[in-house]
Amino acid sequence: MIQVDGLTKDYGPRRAIDNLSFHAEKGEILGFLGPNGAGKTTTMRILTGYMPPSSGKAMVAGYDVVDQSLEVRRRVGYLPETVPLYPDMTVYDYLKFMADLRHLPSAEERVDEALEMVHMEDRADGYIANLSKGMRQRVGLAQALLHSPEVLILDEPTIGLDPAQILDVRNLIRGLAGERTVLLSTHILSEAQQLCNRVLIINKGRIVAEDSPAQLQARLSGAQRVSVTVGGDGDGLVNLVASISGVAGVLSAKGNSLEIETVPGLDVRASVARAIVEAGYDLLELRNIGMSLEDIFIELTRESPAAPEMAESEDLESFEE
Amino acid sequence: MRNMWTIASREYKHYFGTPAAYLVAFMLLVILGIIFYANVVGAMLQQFAPGVQIVLGPLVTLLLFATPAITMRLLADEQRLGTMELLLTAPVKDWELVVGKWLGGFLFMLTIIAITLLYPIYLHQIVDPGIDQGLMVSGYLGVILLTAVLTAIGVAVSSLFSNQIAVFFATLGVYLILWLVGLPSQAMGAMGGPLLKYLDLSEQFYSTFFQGIIDLSSVVYFVSLTALALFLGTISVDSRRWR
Repeated sequence: MIQVDGLTKDYGPRRAIDNLSFHAEKGEILGFLGPNGAGKTTTMRILTGYMPPSSGKAMVAGYDVVDQSLEVRRRVGYLPETVPLYPDMTVYDYLKFMADLRHLPSAEERVDEALEMVHMEDRADGYIANLSKGMRQRVGLAQALLHSPEVLILDEPTIGLDPAQILDVRNLIRGLAGERTVLLSTHILSEAQQLCNRVLIINKGRIVAEDSPAQLQARLSGAQRVSVTVGGDGDGLVNLVASISGVAGVLSAKGNSLEIETVPGLDVRASVARAIVEAGYDLLELRNIGMSLEDIFIELTRESPAAPEMAESEDLESFEE
Repeated sequence: MRNMWTIASREYKHYFGTPAAYLVAFMLLVILGIIFYANVVGAMLQQFAPGVQIVLGPLVTLLLFATPAITMRLLADEQRLGTMELLLTAPVKDWELVVGKWLGGFLFMLTIIAITLLYPIYLHQIVDPGIDQGLMVSGYLGVILLTAVLTAIGVAVSSLFSNQIAVFFATLGVYLILWLVGLPSQAMGAMGGPLLKYLDLSEQFYSTFFQGIIDLSSVVYFVSLTALALFLGTISVDSRRWR
């Protein structure tokens, strides 16, 4: 559905995206993760036909974004970062205008359906100027869904929404994915973790990692972290735990709880539990904490020479060893 | 073509919900009315029958200021609101966008101009034996063609900025150049003089339509200048993609 090859975009002397290559299959939700200014929006703008790349090739829904821009634009629903709305129009008029521009045969019905999808039916006759940020976001989303596009490109779709609305939009996106391909950008990591089949971590215009959220986590957390909490004040606990074989070190200790890192590939929970109980402490909690996507993200987008290598290692197993 | 109409009709309707557009139309009609009244009174005192020129002359001058006030928002506002991204990623060709915007503005200007017809009609009632209707037809045809040019220039300039005030003054600047470009034609003599005179916007109106003459070469001038401005506007919108 989306096929990108060696995409590069220069703004004057500044290279916004550098030789980007990726693809997305039908029905997939592909997450674009990266710090601000990483090139997410630029990539999306190229894929939606807003601007051409400096070099490289991109195909969306089977059409070239430069040579067959109109065909691409017919098949793509796009929600830009700043939701493009006319404040002096009513929600209904705005959607009707967009439906007309897309030559939808039964425009009124499509507008009603789109409004229903984003739960805005009751605000159809209200002026956009009077809507809250969350509602505007949903109107923008309705606009992107009007023509039931094959490919949905959403630039930070949940930004500015309240928690309930975020949940709503996420469910909506998840529901859409079956029949459509969704490319969404976000810098909320848990969102990518929950929503996406695959995540592309992009930094300074380059892909630094590409995998499913679970795999990404596995691949970067060869060493496990375990959190331990005991009853009482936990005196001497650090020394005790550090001496257990398989424990690589104690990362942090706060009163009666501490976080330990294990030697890669070992599950030390059983021996830690036994040692703590035998030493007379009351074990209150013992749990594995995987490295969160957050940590991975920071790890990868930090200025480290290791990052570019990861992008090249297609093979997961070879990396994990 | 269909997109052009969709965009034009949105723009046209938009003006009827905008206080600024009403204000511009109101000012134009009121100032025109005051000048009209003064001219009619003056003519009565000097005992001659005023012609339709007492409407056409001031109308053209007022249009020079009213048109940029109407056209300034057309593309600049899309920049400001970020809706340019919406239009440029919708299946709409760049020229459909530009021509649609022009058409919307042009139709609104025509609506204002249609209302000014009340003055010559009234004049026709009060003077004996009535006004020169041929002159009125040619004059208004000239005004319409001139408005087409002014609106097209307004749209083209509007594509360059996101600030409407900047658009207003830049548009006025372009008008001024085209309005006065014929001035040095006398001094230049045969070397380019006729050319400058041909390029002059005011000359093309005042020496033909304003005199009751429908000159084909003037019609061609206005139509091609409109097309040129719209073409440049389209290039300007398209170049936005490459920036």
